[in-house]
Amino acid sequence: MEDLLAARWQMAVSLGFHIIFACIGMVMPFFMATSHYQYLKTKKQLYKDLTKAWSKGVAIFFVTGAVSGTVLSFELGLLWPKFMLHAGPIFGMPFSLEGTAFFIEAIALGFFLYGWNKFNPWFHWFTGVIVGISGLASGILVVAANGWMNSPAGFDFVDGEYRNIDPIAAMFNDAWFTQALHMTLAAFVSTGFAVAGIHAYLMLKGKNIAFHRSAFTIALVFGSVAALLQPISGDLSAKDIAVRQPAKLAAMEAHFQTGESVPLIIGGIPDVEKKEVNYAIEIPGALSFLAHGDFEAEVIGLDQFPEEDHPPVLITHIAFQIMVGLGMALVGLSLLFLFSTWKKKVWLDARWFLWLFVIGTPLGFIALEAGWTVTEVGRQPWIIYGILRTEDAVSPIPGIQYSFYLFTAVYLSLAVVVTFLLMRQIGAVPSYPSQDIPSSDTSTSSTF
Amino acid sequence: MLYVVIVFLILAVLMYILLGGADFGAGILELTTPNRMKSKIRKRTYETIGPIWEANHMWLIITIVILFVGFPAIYSLLSIHLHIPLLLMLFGIIGRGTAFVFRHYDAVEDEMQRVYNWIFAYSSFVTPFFLGLIFGAAVGGSINPDAPDFLASYIWSWLNAFSVAVGLFTVMICGFLTAVFLVGEAKNDAERRFFVTRSRLFILATVLAGGIVFLAAELQNVPLVELLITEWVTLGILFLATLAMILLWLKLPTATKSFSRLLAGAVVTAILLAFGYHYFPDMVILQGGENLTLFNSAALGKPIETLAWALLIGSIFILPSLGYLLYSFQKEKAEY
Repeated sequence: MEDLLAARWQMAVSLGFHIIFACIGMVMPFFMATSHYQYLKTKKQLYKDLTKAWSKGVAIFFVTGAVSGTVLSFELGLLWPKFMLHAGPIFGMPFSLEGTAFFIEAIALGFFLYGWNKFNPWFHWFTGVIVGISGLASGILVVAANGWMNSPAGFDFVDGEYRNIDPIAAMFNDAWFTQALHMTLAAFVSTGFAVAGIHAYLMLKGKNIAFHRSAFTIALVFGSVAALLQPISGDLSAKDIAVRQPAKLAAMEAHFQTGESVPLIIGGIPDVEKKEVNYAIEIPGALSFLAHGDFEAEVIGLDQFPEEDHPPVLITHIAFQIMVGLGMALVGLSLLFLFSTWKKKVWLDARWFLWLFVIGTPLGFIALEAGWTVTEVGRQPWIIYGILRTEDAVSPIPGIQYSFYLFTAVYLSLAVVVTFLLMRQIGAVPSYPSQDIPSSDTSTSSTF
Repeated sequence: MLYVVIVFLILAVLMYILLGGADFGAGILELTTPNRMKSKIRKRTYETIGPIWEANHMWLIITIVILFVGFPAIYSLLSIHLHIPLLLMLFGIIGRGTAFVFRHYDAVEDEMQRVYNWIFAYSSFVTPFFLGLIFGAAVGGSINPDAPDFLASYIWSWLNAFSVAVGLFTVMICGFLTAVFLVGEAKNDAERRFFVTRSRLFILATVLAGGIVFLAAELQNVPLVELLITEWVTLGILFLATLAMILLWLKLPTATKSFSRLLAGAVVTAILLAFGYHYFPDMVILQGGENLTLFNSAALGKPIETLAWALLIGSIFILPSLGYLLYSFQKEKAEY
């Protein structure tokens, strides 16, 4: 395997892995805090157990996310030293702030996990909220740094040199807001549906219905609201990219020829050689409208860019279709959930209803990974858009494929272990309504 | 503002060695302890470092961020030439970080515990070993940016006596810190005696490994001894640190836990500062004697300024809350 390709794959695997854990680690604290709030208000043991059960999930995911994040901060240099040599001082601002946010998250998590019955209950609750807020802040900051790679700002590029560096301007680059918004919502959607799906499955198994019902509801309220907001955020992103990174938009849409009243292509397989898309559904003028708010507007196609600047069209297009398709499916599920909560309560217990959400478990995360594929592959061949090519940034060390194989093996085994641990955690959930059995505290006291 | 950043860099490294080191030490102790005592160590370490555990390796992240934002030339050069030890250290970090949490959050206690313990113990050795080795390689003059072939560029840059000795020395320091720390956590006399013996073993090992570092430096023509003789400050600090270790050896069985902990912390701080002072402002000494310093590789101007502000503002949030975290759990333990 060629070193550049191996480096890109290693980065993709590391990021792809980290993103899942980071998202769960930053969203689950909010579920946890909601359930904790319910406990403090109602004093129902069920909510306390749910909070504790979720907090163990948070701890596992936080550490896996933190560890894989630490690895990434090294990998940036190990794989892309020439990129970091120039980019480090420019886009470092969000990373230095993220260090703080992350630190606060870790401290708050220490308070939360070890603070049961030791502090004022509301202070204890509040530390859980801080875990969520600082986790969210970390996520936003890191995405702002990624935004800079898509929309370089805060420096002048003169004769191959980076001058007049302004880290603040770099952080508030044109892409940071749309990207951070889209990512934050995506984190809530994917985690919400994943958690809800697992609890739906456990309800189908017929045990601890009340416990899993509460968990399902809390997760889905967050997930479905975010899923309904996501298309709006997606539209903002599309309009932004149409202006800022037209080549990426063209690759997403497999839009080869510049033209007016451009149709929106749904599905299909792009043929890059012939510059056409086979088996696609076309909606006349819709791309012009989505990109520029006008059915007649001109949309720049790949023909406006030299061949060597084209992103890989096939991957970008298909990933984009997957993201949008699954996003829409989740919008459908969200509407179904909200409608049944409002009008058709009987559906909430129906097996077909729960099965739909079980099927929905991985969809958010698949969409999330597909979305990141669009962002990252769609930026190629650039690592800093329009400034530095990925091939010029890769480390000179030969044999990167071996480290890629090793990392893949390590991450795969971690994924297996985490899944295994979660299944065991789920197996240890206390039974209801058998309140007389002191089940809840035996499961926790043994670990503390 | 550059000095603000430098102070934070030193602080972050120091905190990582002290807090993270005590944490590595837990695994190193497990590795060198007879089976019957292992579970005791596990229990005591978890009780003491559990709450601050999540925060410990944040210091490493802070260090790395300071390096790549403030001193990108150093970060980039080390990333290229020390790629392999950095990679190995990362596998250590992944292994111990996850194993530590997995073993406490696994809902079922069974054979898997042995797997976690094994990974935790070995990666607790691997991580500080390569961390120390990287330090050693950075200042040992073994990196050659213009090396002609793979071995010279990417292997001999770190695989040499001096770097390996510094790696071992770091491991011993970590074991020493934890052993002394755990003396104060002993629940009965037998446990206390056990941890005192462990501490003494690690004091010996640290002094021995320190000697090996100097020996290796001589073997490899790293001008450590020559420079030390002429540098009274470094020599003085190292002398005091050794004295403090002897004092610790003698007083450990009867000393209060805050005394021995403070002294152990002071010893490690002194060693680190002595070498910091010795090498300042050099960060990387290349083959041929050219140096990357904290001055000539700094991203001066706005990058350093904003980094300094970010660190200052961050520490307003971090330090009090970290202090409160440590205080709360120490106080709570004291009440038992």
